Amino acid sequence: MTATATRPVITGIGVAAPTGLGADAHWAAIVEGANGIAEITRFDASGYPVRLAGEVPGFEAADHIPSRLLPQTDHMTRLALYAAGEALNDSGLDLAALPPYQAGVSSASSMGGFEFGQRELQNLWSKGGRFVSAYQSFAWFYAVNTGQISIRHGLKGPSSAVVTDQAGGLDAIGHARRQIRKGTKVMLAGGVDGALCPLGLAGQLASGRLSPEDRPERAYLPFDEAASGHVPGEGGAYVVLEDPASAEERGARVYGELAGYAATFDPDPRDPETDGLERAIRAALADADRTPDAIAVVFADAAGVPEADRAEAAALTAVFGARGVQVAVPKAQTGRLYAGGAALDLVSALLTLRDGSVPPTAHVTSVAADCPVDLVTGQARPLTGDAALVLARGEGGFNAAAVVTTTN
Amino acid sequence: MSANGVTALSIDDFTRILRESAGEEEAVDLSGDIADVLFTDLGYDSLALLEVAGRITRDFGVALPDEGLDGAETPRAFVDLVNSALSGS
Repeated sequence: MTATATRPVITGIGVAAPTGLGADAHWAAIVEGANGIAEITRFDASGYPVRLAGEVPGFEAADHIPSRLLPQTDHMTRLALYAAGEALNDSGLDLAALPPYQAGVSSASSMGGFEFGQRELQNLWSKGGRFVSAYQSFAWFYAVNTGQISIRHGLKGPSSAVVTDQAGGLDAIGHARRQIRKGTKVMLAGGVDGALCPLGLAGQLASGRLSPEDRPERAYLPFDEAASGHVPGEGGAYVVLEDPASAEERGARVYGELAGYAATFDPDPRDPETDGLERAIRAALADADRTPDAIAVVFADAAGVPEADRAEAAALTAVFGARGVQVAVPKAQTGRLYAGGAALDLVSALLTLRDGSVPPTAHVTSVAADCPVDLVTGQARPLTGDAALVLARGEGGFNAAAVVTTTN
Repeated sequence: MSANGVTALSIDDFTRILRESAGEEEAVDLSGDIADVLFTDLGYDSLALLEVAGRITRDFGVALPDEGLDGAETPRAFVDLVNSALSGS
């Protein structure tokens, strides 16, 4: 294998999601079909047309975040620091023993620290500029999670923040692979979003894609004939990507390999009829050197909007055939986590490969006739195979696809 | 005299404001005698001190000169700066 074709391995995972704090809690919840969607408690949402969300349960910031960081962090940055810390711990890496600049962090963000920003805007408007926190200079910003994680763990290597909505969770991981191929040994990569505050919800409502349904088990039904949009959520995941030679040298436990990744943009001006997601799937499979029949399970983007679901089903059908591959949507239990969503799906895919069990898509009872996908519903289904495909579409035309495989 | 009638800031008050505005490093004991310890050794950067200065400006109704803040490298120097501003206003 040439240096440019290095396929990084995943040696650590960390999760903060509506389905649980920590990867183990999340995995147990999605296999059981437990629901992380409920009425919003982070603020009084009774006056909004959308009152449901996926909130991370039981997160007491002071238990996890140093006091020095509390005044300067938004809620979602605290969740990101938690997930990043768990991923690094889980990897067993001794960061202090790494040469300087050999570990970096790549984060995706869609909204930044909206809740922090809203509070400071309120201070500005009601009391004046002198009441705005000095930390507003960065606490709201898209790159803040990358920066805070980098500082906290001394990750001085190449670092970045990507902003491609839901596709960002995979794009950050794709960017991390690029850095490893350039010679960086370790990259922490993923995404966490969370804007469950009045300003954040107002911004999300503008997409027109949020479900107005108020029953938690009926609000986010991707591929279902009753699909009515999505439920917003908070949280996400980070993974530790490592150069395979370095991981082997230190005897690291390996969850799997990032075998393929591709990103496309809608529409292709040369061929506007071609679906960008289909091109991303084909490119990621080619990058992984796998044929469609080698993919054991797909973690779909699953917009929950009928038109978008049909388009995704059509892309899957074009590549795999109608109902040609089993499809999992654990985000039906978390809501859409935007930049955090696809990173969490990638973690779920790795755990699916590890345990040979595909989590069920909760709540979906009646797959739409015009969405010919083999959706795993009801209960977890056994998995045979060693490769999973993770898909993500970001608002504005971003498509990303990643293939993860077990290593032997 | 300041807007709210306070004429002097004590080191203890300052430490409390510091803690509330910018948190405290796990390895540092702010309850000890820190009056002459450098802010950098206490774990506070310039942004943390800007946050503290903003809080004091609001709570005590006093204007702190930016150029003076740059030279205040310890709690005692910072408190002296605040108190001279308070007595001058």
